Amino acid sequence: MTRFVYFAWVRERIGKAEEELEIPASVETVGDLLAHLKTLGDEYEAALEYPDAIRVAINQEHAERHEKIAGAREIGLFPPMTGG
Amino acid sequence: MDRPSPLISVQREDFDTRTVIHGLTDGRVDIGALVTFTGLCRDEAGRLAALELEHYPGMAEAELTRIGTEAIERFSLLGLAILHRFGRMEPGDQIVLVVATAPHRQAAFDGANFVMDYLKTSAPFWKKEHGSDGSTGDWVAARDADDEARLRWNPR
Repeated sequence: MTRFVYFAWVRERIGKAEEELEIPASVETVGDLLAHLKTLGDEYEAALEYPDAIRVAINQEHAERHEKIAGAREIGLFPPMTGG
Repeated sequence: MDRPSPLISVQREDFDTRTVIHGLTDGRVDIGALVTFTGLCRDEAGRLAALELEHYPGMAEAELTRIGTEAIERFSLLGLAILHRFGRMEPGDQIVLVVATAPHRQAAFDGANFVMDYLKTSAPFWKKEHGSDGSTGDWVAARDADDEARLRWNPR
């Protein structure tokens, strides 16, 4: 099981701040993961409607689409950042 | 010479800039320049009542530490503090503070500038607007100008 955490409008659209999910073995990269999550239900579909707008962090570090997710303990999904 | 570590704080409470400055300068005689940047909540011409700042606990501190460590290395800073608040902020409230110290001004200016450009685009914070008409507004959209500002540092 992998811990997922969501922030800002990604959190609002999915309807929860965090959850534990089992990732199928066929899901290897960050890009694969986004495609997989979209199949989990309408709320995921809504949150990931514009996949290019989603940022992903693995173990609290930014991760690009091609990066492998093997070994991830925590995966964060969120929109582009607007701090400062 | 050993590089200093950045002082990082992600906090709900307001901060006192003078206290942070003293923490970086007290007892030192090698600092020739100190630059501070303070980001404030503005009212958007009366439209905005408050901002809600959300953050990713743990990653926010980790990312600010990565940015700060890079700035110290790149500009040979003598000291660096980055404080970022979360929670509800009203117009006039302080949101973020960067204090950079160096032997000379250019490094201190560049260090603070670099930190803010990177913070804007890679530190996990998000702003939601609350309107002065009582409405809960939208999440603030990321600005292309912020991405462009970051690119001028020629990221490695």
